[in-house]
Amino acid sequence: MTGRMGVYLCSGCGIGDAVSLEGLAKLATTELKAAVCRTHPFLCGDEGLALIREDLASGAIEAPVIAACSPRVKTDRFCFPPGEAPERVNLREQVAWCHAPNDDDTQMLAEDSLRMAVARLGKLSPSQPLAEAVSRKILVVGGGITGITAALEGAAAGYEVLLVEKEAQLGGFLGGVKKLYPTGTPYTQEEQGGLAEKIRAVSANPRVTVLCSTRVVQTEGQPGMFDVTLENRHCSTHRVGAIVMATGWRAYDPTRLGALGYGLPDVVTNVEIEKMAAAGTIVRPSDGRAVRSVLFLQCAGSRDPEHLNYCSSVCCMTTLKQIGYFREQDADCQVFVLYRDMVTPGPYEMYYQKVQNHPLNFFMKGGVTGVRRDDEGRLLVSADSSLIGARIELVVDLVVLATGMVPNSADNEALLSLREAKKSLERNPTDKQRQEAVAVVEQLGSLEGSQVLNLAYRQGPDLPILRDGFPDSHFVCFPYETRRTGIYAAGAVRAPMDAALAGGDAAGAMLKAIQSIQLATRGQAVHPRVGDDSYPIFSLQRCTQCKRCTVECPFGAIDEDEKGTPKLNPYRCRRCGICMGACPERIISFHNYSVDMIAAMVKAIEVPDETEEKPRVLIFACENDAYPALDQAGARRATYDASVRIVPLRCLGSMNIVWIADALSRGMDGVLLLGCRFGDDYQCHFIRGSELANRRLENVKDTLERLQLEPERVQMVQLAIDNYDSIPALIDDFAARIRALGPNPYKGF
Amino acid sequence: MPAAESGNGKPLPILVVGGGIAGLTCAIEAAEAGNRVVVVEKSPCLGGRVAGFHQYFPKLCPPPCGLEINFRRIRNNSLIAVHTLAELKDLCGKPGDYEAIIRFNPRYVTAQCTMCGECSRVCPSETPDPFDYGMSSARAIRLPHRFAYPAQYAIDREACMDGCHACADACRYGAVDLAQKPVLEKMRVASVVVATGWAPYDAARIDNLGFRRFSNVITNVMLERLAAADGPTGGRILRPSDGKVPRAVAFIQCAGSRDENHLPYCSGVCCTASLKHAAYIRSQYPDAKITMFYIDLRTPGELDHFAAKTVADTGIELIKGKVARVQEHPGSRDLLVTAEDVLRGRKITREYDLLVLAVGMVPQTADLPMGIRTDQFGFVTEAASGIHGAGCARFPADTAASVRDGTGMTLRAMQSVSAGRES
Repeated sequence: MTGRMGVYLCSGCGIGDAVSLEGLAKLATTELKAAVCRTHPFLCGDEGLALIREDLASGAIEAPVIAACSPRVKTDRFCFPPGEAPERVNLREQVAWCHAPNDDDTQMLAEDSLRMAVARLGKLSPSQPLAEAVSRKILVVGGGITGITAALEGAAAGYEVLLVEKEAQLGGFLGGVKKLYPTGTPYTQEEQGGLAEKIRAVSANPRVTVLCSTRVVQTEGQPGMFDVTLENRHCSTHRVGAIVMATGWRAYDPTRLGALGYGLPDVVTNVEIEKMAAAGTIVRPSDGRAVRSVLFLQCAGSRDPEHLNYCSSVCCMTTLKQIGYFREQDADCQVFVLYRDMVTPGPYEMYYQKVQNHPLNFFMKGGVTGVRRDDEGRLLVSADSSLIGARIELVVDLVVLATGMVPNSADNEALLSLREAKKSLERNPTDKQRQEAVAVVEQLGSLEGSQVLNLAYRQGPDLPILRDGFPDSHFVCFPYETRRTGIYAAGAVRAPMDAALAGGDAAGAMLKAIQSIQLATRGQAVHPRVGDDSYPIFSLQRCTQCKRCTVECPFGAIDEDEKGTPKLNPYRCRRCGICMGACPERIISFHNYSVDMIAAMVKAIEVPDETEEKPRVLIFACENDAYPALDQAGARRATYDASVRIVPLRCLGSMNIVWIADALSRGMDGVLLLGCRFGDDYQCHFIRGSELANRRLENVKDTLERLQLEPERVQMVQLAIDNYDSIPALIDDFAARIRALGPNPYKGF
Repeated sequence: MPAAESGNGKPLPILVVGGGIAGLTCAIEAAEAGNRVVVVEKSPCLGGRVAGFHQYFPKLCPPPCGLEINFRRIRNNSLIAVHTLAELKDLCGKPGDYEAIIRFNPRYVTAQCTMCGECSRVCPSETPDPFDYGMSSARAIRLPHRFAYPAQYAIDREACMDGCHACADACRYGAVDLAQKPVLEKMRVASVVVATGWAPYDAARIDNLGFRRFSNVITNVMLERLAAADGPTGGRILRPSDGKVPRAVAFIQCAGSRDENHLPYCSGVCCTASLKHAAYIRSQYPDAKITMFYIDLRTPGELDHFAAKTVADTGIELIKGKVARVQEHPGSRDLLVTAEDVLRGRKITREYDLLVLAVGMVPQTADLPMGIRTDQFGFVTEAASGIHGAGCARFPADTAASVRDGTGMTLRAMQSVSAGRES
């Protein structure tokens, strides 16, 4: 952006009392060449805004720079159509409210802040939004209750849906269920679930195409333009705009539960009981005799590090329902339930109370220690049940193991490793590489064919999974966050859940699928930078095929050709800038965010020479968390060292280490990086941004060594948005350490 | 039949009642899918209950982090109209075309407010701060909380001194308007999402647990405020009676839950929440002794990892059994807890210096207009109409579940918008 720029200074909210606006105005009109500079005591008031609008209307300026409060506030007032929000200088929260008033250092900070904003403005280029044709059709993979519901919900919102099921008919697990436990008021009556009606409705819906006995062979492309190859008897390719993955679950393999008696006659699973009940009367499998007593063993292979290390959350309610099957057959049937915790949350509690109140149903907290079969074919279950005092032995006709749910997902990381290893073997590797690759193929070879979506992505064929195999979001507040844009998991594959929750989950995932199509139509990013129409542009003639961008993109947006040249799929991109931060050749930039832009901001900072004893500390702050925390420190009138110069970044992962090298070689004394927590419970909204920034600091050490500078001059701190009270000490301590190190010897070079 | 359209020819908006995490999710998700949305929130700011929490389980991350992103999404989206201090008073019509009567209550502070804070500094009235459940006091004119959105002060008029206009005099921006009056307005909307959230069960109604009678008996939501950086103690968990560091803390689960005299249902979140609270206490006071009296430890799904890890890390003592009685030591204000220990088959009496009641969630649906159907507990039930419940107004839910539900219900609400377009 090279047009006429105007600077508007607000003296309200104490800014005018802390900073010399005359000084800033002089800077604006001389050094910064502002066409117009005006000061107003209440810039966000009608009169103040009118000043700016008049100058825009008269053509006196083309772009305003607003030097007032934080860019996070008054956005509805400071918005001048058309185009993007105006350039803002945070004179209030990050200057006037947190530094000594009428102080040289405070004034220098204010002036540098203005210089940085003008530098940023100078590096903006016009946006060129993506505008390719987008498909409005949505693919739903999996024809169980989740997939059927998703298809019906999407169709009801006006979208075409392609529903694909690998089995010969729709219905999934629910197809074999006799009845469902109560989910609606009064929460005590079993339900039929209406699966058959839903199957009829989805089959008859003119907007839904149902394909059974069909698998996804390959998924290419990006949101708005996925090309999905399906295999029925033949292969066919379909273009869709978004994908809902509703592949459901399977029961935990009971053959691994020998310690609980599985393998003995008359020890069955809850899944087997359901089949028997749906088929007719439940009898003892060994001799076909009636079941007069039954023991349910809860958490069979669940909440156990040796098996499923989580709670499947439906087994307790399922047991309560299945008790009813036995009760219907035989009013006098003795029922025992051995549990760790009965998990019947919400109004489900009502059903537990109802079943618990029956005099022949005994619930005991305890663990099983052994299951045997006596000579008469009865099952002897010994248990530690502290509820009725120490060890007990129960004799029953039948034991039901309440087994948990395993997601029908694929292990993307492992499949990627397997693929890389196989490729390595094809490439004429060294002996060592060959050995390693062979070991990987041996270890992971059994996963071949377990792919679900078969994404033709450089970063693997499926959705990344969490620790227990669920392709779930890692975020509490954004549970539909996906690391593969335009693809959303729903139902029991995403997390253990029952049919009632799966229905709502199907609607949620379908909404996100629809939304991703809508945003793709406008060439805009999805969450969290919704509406952003920028995207990375690669100057490939300088690319060295180092593959850092293709490896580090947390969203798998960048594929690569045989040589390793990156190929961006912009509709998958989330605009975090991590690729830009990763690139050692600095060939990646956005129209409104670039290596050059931040470098220009760093360059705009005045660095006093060493005799002045005024160190300069550059802070790169994550704009989502650290920056609001800095604002909050100001709002609380916390004071801290005024030697800092704050540059907000989209994500700390977009930090290119060249900026650090630039800053240090220009004589800045220290660099502080404020990013989100990383590790297992990471808080980075772009998954790995802060972690990657931290890793890049390793390379900074080399730079520092080359420049013969102390490594302490560059530090990264993990700062959460609510850590605002720690900011003054954090900054002051860092600045004090930098002062103790003495001035950067590169000052003045 | 053409779409039901408002006067200016655009499809009718979706009305979201309640601006907590479920409601604001609904509003944002619907708008980002291209729909117009109107949010009415009865308090002065968005965010609801979660805005007062210290951290979310299982990641122990701060709620303002996600709220910041959500507020930015709202700021950037012209399809969302947010009305705080607004309530739905009446509703009639049919799916695709409802008429809602909204009451806009006065804020007494206009959009001219710059948040400079001068008004609060001169305000002579102090009132118990409801955001801190009365554990701190606040000025009558104030920002509802640190990260409040809209970032705009509001006056609690009932707390004002008669005839006082100190704030109006002090405001240099003419943002205080003490003459504002409530206004009723009609609004045509295509569908309604009821996301009115929950309130903690009134612990004073549980006679035997001593809440309100004994100052060191607090509730789980109060503990959240004590742990929060912007809370009454600046984030330090201290005994209300004397501000001392607690050395022995007990959590009483199902306080007024799974109990036909109080809430018959299980709120589903209190077990994990109390474990999270144990983690707060452990991180501040590594030597504190922590006990939890529980009936069943309900940490479904992947939350079981969090439970196992927290139990191991905090060394929390789990006692299965109901608490029969709480007594207070008159001098020390310490608490004597008598409970059954079911697994050992005995009655026990223990002393603690802080007691936390894990109270359940009460859906906030009692004041809603007729026609919004609820179950026997007040949770909004599914109906084949353009009215949908979401989040804790529909079932007891944690944050992630509320957001998921809000997202799903958004699609149902959108269907009513498009239903107007079809025959």
